[in-house]
Amino acid sequence: MTVVSVHKDVEAMTLTLVAEFAASVERVWRVWEDPRQLERWWGPPGWPATFERHEFVVGGQSRYHMTGPDGQKSRGWWTITAIEAPHRLEFDDGFAGEDGEPLASPPPVHGIVTLEALGDRTRMTTVSKFADTAHLEQVLAMGAEEGMRLALGQIDEILAGTAD
Amino acid sequence: MVVDEWSEAEADRVFQALADVTRRDILARVIRQRQSVSALARHYPMSFAAVQKHVAVLERAALVTKERHGREQLVHANVTTLHRAARLLEAYEQLWRHRARGIEEILAEDQEEE
Repeated sequence: MTVVSVHKDVEAMTLTLVAEFAASVERVWRVWEDPRQLERWWGPPGWPATFERHEFVVGGQSRYHMTGPDGQKSRGWWTITAIEAPHRLEFDDGFAGEDGEPLASPPPVHGIVTLEALGDRTRMTTVSKFADTAHLEQVLAMGAEEGMRLALGQIDEILAGTAD
Repeated sequence: MVVDEWSEAEADRVFQALADVTRRDILARVIRQRQSVSALARHYPMSFAAVQKHVAVLERAALVTKERHGREQLVHANVTTLHRAARLLEAYEQLWRHRARGIEEILAEDQEEE
């Protein structure tokens, strides 16, 4: 199975996903570095992404849009805040307006990606950090229009975290 | 839509209520069986008043409700609110699971080309 674990920390307002891939660290790094590969997996289901700009250096800017089933567009941006190829990437990911430039609100989600070699496999850890609950609410409310809300009433996970 | 139905203030109360280990434990217990505050208090090395306070926080977040039953009040879980809290983070989790599958598909193509 690809996804090894998911950890939701409601106190720190982070979502951490750990996944393992049957490929080298350098290979997995390329799915982040190469905009043609990145755009194939970044968008939510039914909303493929197109990266018009992707400067993969510290301080570099990305601009992208995602196209929905009815042709509607949702725009976003990244600013890369740290790079240690091929092991660590940090970036801010936010919503953009019609002109493709960053919107002041909501604030960006901070992403931290770590790649580690496990023999000939790679463990990828992604941490998504929100400013606070209201921020997560806002991101999801905006994301709802992009079909992000796939999840339906699976209460098990939160209950598993509370039992024993 | 679930997210719209839930105000930011409500969401804050829920997440703050769930951020405490004792309150999560109280919640887990009343999900299994409704019980009085004094029954709950026996499980924790703290005063009845302290447990009462934790229950009040859960109550304000609408995670539990108190119901009069004869001479005592029983605390029981409010499943509707629990569903909403779970869905909020779950929605973002599903996006990342989808992304991990997408990466795996791209990597699988390398092997087909070999």
